[in-house]
Amino acid sequence: MVDLAGHYLPIAIFIGVALLITAALMIAPFLVAVNNPDPEKVSAYECGFNAFDDARMKFDVRFYLVAILFIIFDLEIAFLFPWALAFKEIGVFGFWSMMIFLGVLTVGFIYEWKKGGLEWD
Amino acid sequence: MGLEAFFFYIFSIAAVASAILVIIARNPVHAVLFLILAFFNAAGLFVLLGAEFLAMLLVIVYVGAVAVLFLFVVMMLDVDFAELRAGFIKNAGLGAIVGGIVMLELIMVLGFQSYSSQIIGNPAAPAPLVTDNVTNTEALGRILYTKYIFFFQVAGLILLVAMIGAIVLTLRHKEGVRRQSIAVQVARTPETAMEIIKVAPGQSVFPKNEGPAE
Repeated sequence: MVDLAGHYLPIAIFIGVALLITAALMIAPFLVAVNNPDPEKVSAYECGFNAFDDARMKFDVRFYLVAILFIIFDLEIAFLFPWALAFKEIGVFGFWSMMIFLGVLTVGFIYEWKKGGLEWD
Repeated sequence: MGLEAFFFYIFSIAAVASAILVIIARNPVHAVLFLILAFFNAAGLFVLLGAEFLAMLLVIVYVGAVAVLFLFVVMMLDVDFAELRAGFIKNAGLGAIVGGIVMLELIMVLGFQSYSSQIIGNPAAPAPLVTDNVTNTEALGRILYTKYIFFFQVAGLILLVAMIGAIVLTLRHKEGVRRQSIAVQVARTPETAMEIIKVAPGQSVFPKNEGPAE
């Protein structure tokens, strides 16, 4: 497993350098920048009048539906990677095993399409 | 201390620290961001174990999808921070009971661990060494679709149920919205779209007393 750590060493160095630069850029303003705090500088800006209410508000539940449908197909794709790599070893049985899996999810996809889950009013 | 031990301690400390921060962060959005950091560190631990596929899956599925979903939920809840703080004392007793039960369950699982003879007699397929020239992903692929086909298909059915459940629970169409129907538009021909009327001289196209609005 030692060579595994070796494989990932460039990524570790990359992350280390990125952390260093980020930290330097975040700390430097505290040391050198002009600091004149004022409540108006951090207040919400709306042209011509005071802000009506908080910027935090409720989302349409439709975003949630889009996200959850994305996760399901994301997982389906994740199952395809090991299948593609071991394709030669697992033979016809493995092939049809995946086809049934995809078929089951296609039933769900057709249902979603027909119900209009992909449409945005 | 080897390089691996060094990284192991870095990832572990960061994972535990961000898990603690998930609980104590006052702002729920910050808590979710710390949760994402904890997922990333868990992925790093998976890489150290040699389970690269699981590590990447953790990043794709948990960080990319589930954490974004958590953020959605946190934002949809329309969290009022002042109200949250006021409710802390009121709900502290209930929280302590739930936390205590979970803690007790964890102690029971870890302290009184025993496996049935069936599990011991049925060892999992051993993971091939990295030196075997078989990657972790390929080793998974060799058994997942043939030996463990039942679990694989059950996973597919669970995904189907999740998909249909999400649609049934959240999909509401507004009444009276006129949508574009491309099939109807494409099927429109000159015959259905217009009418050619021969107009005799001195006569109106319209029947009497039904002329166009003036």
